[in-house]
Amino acid sequence: MPREHYLNATYGIRSWLLTTDHKRIALLYLISVTFFFFVGGTFATMIRIHLLTPKGLLVTPETYNKLFTMHGVAMIFFFLIPSIPAVLGNFLLPIMIGAKDLAFPKINLLSWYIYLLGGSFVLYSFSTGGLDTGWTFYTPLSSVYSNSAVTPAVLGVFINGFSSILTGLNFIVTVHTMRAPGMTWFRLPLFVWSQYATSIIFILGTPVIAITLLLAGLERMFHLGFFNPQLGGDPILFQHLFWFYSHPAVYIMILPAMGVISEIIPTFARKPIFGYSFIAGSSIAIAVIGFFVWAHHMFLTGESTYAALTFSLLSYLVAIPSAVKVFNWTSTLYKGSISYDTPMLYALGFIGLFLIGGLTGLFLACLGLDIHLHDTYFVIAHFHYIMVGGAVMGYVGGLHYWWPKITGKLYPEFLARIAAIILFLGFNLTFFPQFILGYLGMPRRYASYPPEFQVLNVMSTAGASILALGYLLPMIYLTWSMRYGEVAGPNPWPGTGLEWQTPSPPPTENFDVTPEVTWEPYDYDNRPDLGLETKGAPSLAHGDD
Amino acid sequence: MHRTGELFGQYKTLEQQRETASLGMWIFLSTEVLFFGGLFMTYTLNRSTYPDVFSEASKTIRLSLGAINTVVLIASSLTMALSVWASQAGKKKLLPVFLIATLILGCVFLGIKGVEYHDKYVEHHIPGWNFSFEPSSDVATNAHTQLFFSLYFGMTGLHALHMIVGAGLLIWLIKESLRGRFTPEYNTPVENIGLYWHFVDIVWIFLFPLLYLIDRH
Amino acid sequence: MICTALTVAAAEVDLNQYFAGLNIIVALTIAVFKASCVVLFFMHAKYSPGRTQLVIVASVFWLAIMLFMTMSDYLTRRWI
Repeated sequence: MPREHYLNATYGIRSWLLTTDHKRIALLYLISVTFFFFVGGTFATMIRIHLLTPKGLLVTPETYNKLFTMHGVAMIFFFLIPSIPAVLGNFLLPIMIGAKDLAFPKINLLSWYIYLLGGSFVLYSFSTGGLDTGWTFYTPLSSVYSNSAVTPAVLGVFINGFSSILTGLNFIVTVHTMRAPGMTWFRLPLFVWSQYATSIIFILGTPVIAITLLLAGLERMFHLGFFNPQLGGDPILFQHLFWFYSHPAVYIMILPAMGVISEIIPTFARKPIFGYSFIAGSSIAIAVIGFFVWAHHMFLTGESTYAALTFSLLSYLVAIPSAVKVFNWTSTLYKGSISYDTPMLYALGFIGLFLIGGLTGLFLACLGLDIHLHDTYFVIAHFHYIMVGGAVMGYVGGLHYWWPKITGKLYPEFLARIAAIILFLGFNLTFFPQFILGYLGMPRRYASYPPEFQVLNVMSTAGASILALGYLLPMIYLTWSMRYGEVAGPNPWPGTGLEWQTPSPPPTENFDVTPEVTWEPYDYDNRPDLGLETKGAPSLAHGDD
Repeated sequence: MHRTGELFGQYKTLEQQRETASLGMWIFLSTEVLFFGGLFMTYTLNRSTYPDVFSEASKTIRLSLGAINTVVLIASSLTMALSVWASQAGKKKLLPVFLIATLILGCVFLGIKGVEYHDKYVEHHIPGWNFSFEPSSDVATNAHTQLFFSLYFGMTGLHALHMIVGAGLLIWLIKESLRGRFTPEYNTPVENIGLYWHFVDIVWIFLFPLLYLIDRH
Repeated sequence: MICTALTVAAAEVDLNQYFAGLNIIVALTIAVFKASCVVLFFMHAKYSPGRTQLVIVASVFWLAIMLFMTMSDYLTRRWI
């Protein structure tokens, strides 16, 4: 008799569409965000093909504006922001803290439906005239002059914001009130800390973009004047309000990925993580300080010099907690017993690529340099290093790491390692040339460029095709493994968190008996239950608690 | 729908369930603070840019109606707080009375708002809809006063929308309290909807001076 | 609680006489006082666990960041 778990506990489409099980909701999100990844990826492909020649190969400049806009909107709002929180966070958070489900399971399901509703409006906008304002919706282009389908798009993003807010709310309340006995704050896995920090940003930032886009939409519909200079309004106000959310949004995208890395590294270095409390604290610090830096996107708008100085300084400050994390991860690797399984390859790739992306952010935060680099391909390369080289690699690495837990199956390891390497190489070939292009002055969002930039653009497109292969391969073999993969035990790696103490896949209530936590996180030396050779004599204090 | 006082699957105690619901509502309210906050930001900037225009435009909305509404809303917060008390003290007969009083006061508020909006319609002060403004003294152009009115309608409109939702929630509460559903052990919906209602009141407490009390002399 | 209703009346009567920029400060101070009464007593914030109070403080603080730092851009533009 096959064992009962969350996947086979109930059958039928209604049991999935009306589920309140956080694990099933996570899989529903997995399917939807992957769909939007394809949507955004299709536009990216068209952009890269178009840029093969200096005059542009594929489309008119007006259409090109639509391509990069729709690529940005789909990827940022409907893939990157939900990805790790709604897929991995939803699945793992309750299990990692020893709970049966999130605090508000029905609200969890509601947030998925809200996501779908928002996504539908945006898809409607894409298919009825598209969107050409840039994902940043700057006014008065978006609120007055654009002839594209701005209103449904703005409405869709507005609605989608509530999906994020509800997820964040659910996570914060869950971490506060649903932890198992013995699971104190400082025994929480770092992934949970990162989700908590991300949720703070969801709660405090998302409402601001909601009201801002609402106002821009109302302005468009009723010819109001908030952001229209002809009516006495101020486009810079829009930018302030927009970036108040959108800068912390980038931390929404990276903090969860950092949490994934903090889980993977100790497991595959077989060592406790170095500086646990610093990593936990730096997550909160990034979330908080990240709200103070938004106007570094506006250095060239004519904002006051004093404001520019303040925001520049604060932007340098926000790099510090990120650096703390990188130092701690690297220190964890030192004298660790490292194995190069696929998740570890993604984690190592993350560290390198995030480092480059983060450091180039400092270039941009420097006022003098930003004058030259603003709105060039340097910016594009910078944020893709972090969002793709960082966040997406964290997402894919996390999917691999927890795949055995989610599906009960192992993916094909050899093929997976090859795919990881292909992805890494393809990524660098795509985006490194863009740093050079930006430095040489190629502007972003332009449908054509001077002929001397062609070689680098062709390299970038070639890299993009390799990158695409690097994404396609996991999609194929992960799906394949669900049916044909080797059966995974409860703890294939082994990892030390609570999620590895339940069967793979877990039963619907996660734990047959509520666990009681008596051990510190990542404590490989003191976990005889993991069946590892311990380095020294086990400490007597643990196990007697 | 769960029955009175029943434990949901993932909770261990009623106390945990109650704490969770309360924390959830407070966090939701904090998102609302930031949501309205964007409007307050827009207001702040525009008022500091066009102080005279705002002053002129503000004179055309009736202070008396605004003041009455403020008293009405604070009174409704009082009756709401009393209903929470009633539910905690087990006063099952008194609870619907206070809830109905709150609802009535809320409807009075919305009614007065309706009167105000009608006034604005008659005077052609609705932006984007035959807007025309004759200032009482020599002030800036039509466009800038439109900004004030856009904010006026935007902020009070969003507030009114929240009140309508609150009224709907109150109707549900009244219905359930008449069925005797709330006891001292289980009055979480009363408390949490109360929190929401008080929040809506607080938004108005700030809207009133900002919109109605600009330099009247 | 009745005093909050009285403060409303007091607010409009007094403010009719002030001229200078003090007007808005007084009005907002009264508003903050009223709102604090509602939060502390009607919403039982005074008797709530610490984390609830943290949520309240955090949301007000974040609103303040938005208002303060944005206005600091506009207000300091003429300085250099």
